[in-house]
Amino acid sequence: MQVETKRVQPVQMVTPANGHIRRKRLRIGIYFMAPAFLIIAVFMLGPAVWAVYISFTNMSLTGVGAATPQWVGLQNFVQILHDAEFFSAFRVSLTYLVGSALIGQALLGLLLAMLMRHRQRAFKAVLGAIIIIAWVIPDVVAGFLWSSFLAGGPQSILAPGLLNSIVAAFGLPQHAWLQDYPMASIIVANTWRGTAFSMLLYASALEGIPPELLEAASIDGASLWARIRYITLPLIKGSIATDLLLITLATLSDFTLVYVLTGGGNLNTELLTIYQYRQAFQFYQIGYGSAISLLILVVGAILALLYIRVLRVDL
Amino acid sequence: MAIRRGLTSTLAYVILVFLGLFFLVPLLWPVLASLNPSASLSVTVPAHFSLINFQTIITNGLVAGPFGNSLILAISTMLLVIILAGLAAYPLSRYQFPLKGPLMYAILFTSSLPILALVTPLYAMYASLNLIDTLQGVILFFVASALPFCIWLMKNFFDSVPFELEEAAWIDGASTFQSLMYILFPLAAPGIAVVGVWSFLVAWTNFFVPLIILQSQNLLPASVHIYTFFGSYGQVNYGQLAAYALLYALPAVVLYTVVSRFFVRGVSGGLKG
Repeated sequence: MQVETKRVQPVQMVTPANGHIRRKRLRIGIYFMAPAFLIIAVFMLGPAVWAVYISFTNMSLTGVGAATPQWVGLQNFVQILHDAEFFSAFRVSLTYLVGSALIGQALLGLLLAMLMRHRQRAFKAVLGAIIIIAWVIPDVVAGFLWSSFLAGGPQSILAPGLLNSIVAAFGLPQHAWLQDYPMASIIVANTWRGTAFSMLLYASALEGIPPELLEAASIDGASLWARIRYITLPLIKGSIATDLLLITLATLSDFTLVYVLTGGGNLNTELLTIYQYRQAFQFYQIGYGSAISLLILVVGAILALLYIRVLRVDL
Repeated sequence: MAIRRGLTSTLAYVILVFLGLFFLVPLLWPVLASLNPSASLSVTVPAHFSLINFQTIITNGLVAGPFGNSLILAISTMLLVIILAGLAAYPLSRYQFPLKGPLMYAILFTSSLPILALVTPLYAMYASLNLIDTLQGVILFFVASALPFCIWLMKNFFDSVPFELEEAAWIDGASTFQSLMYILFPLAAPGIAVVGVWSFLVAWTNFFVPLIILQSQNLLPASVHIYTFFGSYGQVNYGQLAAYALLYALPAVVLYTVVSRFFVRGVSGGLKG
């Protein structure tokens, strides 16, 4: 059972005499780990396996598929290939991902982490707290905050939100932002919401860079940009890769912020998760909705594998 | 040189102040509107400050039920995750055994899957298991989706407590259980707190899962209740909405603040392996 070759545990000496201790530990280990892995297997991998099963059926909440779901083979997936709204949702998700996560959160997070490095403590504390509040408040609350912030517009019967009050104060035209610029609105809102995570990750990565390196380069006449380009960025590239993958994975399952902000019915801002939800619970096509959620999971799984490759942790 | 450094520093402050305003400005409305008895969507300083909005939503029963449900979801999730992740992380941190490496990779892999997007198949599965419209169904899914990351975090925190301390306790006659209770858990307390807060917040803030799984009005947590209550009314009382949103967001902010010192270290350290 036991493999002796890869054993590099300096603390315990492994000799045949304490073999029974190892067996005892293995048993304790299995008892300790079993409950957690059982729950994960049933309630996390369960829905994933279920998704595979029902995406091959015509399961629905009403009609024929409700009483006895029929095996329909690849029909759901074929339907996806001919579904213009699916591709529209796919485009929306991709734009949202690139705009709000990869560009918005990651770039702004990196910029904030760099700029905040040598500032006064109190200033850093206050600024950091404001940015982090945006990140820790619940999704629904963030959605309500942004719908109030973007409210109003020239034709609106509602009172103007703060953004329209501000542009009016500068003599600029007011807009019904969520109708006129739906994609830009949700991208900015999600950038606002998620930047703290990237900022914290980059701040801790930057702390690991010895200041002497940057000083030496500065004395040698390297410009600010050259120092960033040739010293800072290469040294934190592991953190950058980690950050990009993690925020991508987080953004893939985003639903609430955009749903609360737009009500879910607007094609211009219909993410794949929202489309999946509408197919399953407004049009009652559980089988088709599951096929879409399975695709989201597969994309996530590929990215997660990539993430582990990039991380190359020592275990 | 000194002048240039001063200039860069000033420029940095200017940019940071602008970025700070971008993050601050959307937060103004709920604070001012919640204190304003006649609030609208506009940001105005109330003519007179009043806590009437908070008083109203608390006394007319808008808060107690949904917040109670949210607490049940969050505390059950937290306790289960701490116990299950703590147990699972112990052998992963302390023992060597076959397939440990692949197991850790599997945990890391599952922790980063977009599992919360799987509500449609979850609904179908729960329909077969009779877990639709039950709090325990929601809790079990929260626990399962938080566990992989929390096991990973917990293992990293356990790793930072030297094994020698436990061995010393064993030599002095302590049992495995005693060494866990008196050596490992106290020393890994910050880590346990981080895992607890993380899992609490997973359950406290989630909207999508209870939206799908729960149907009875009296089971809805605050996240769904605030949406259905204020989202479906024609005439929204904005002051009350703002007060509700603030009350609902408060535990998240407070809990994060309590553990923030360990949180960043634990999470970013954990993420970097």
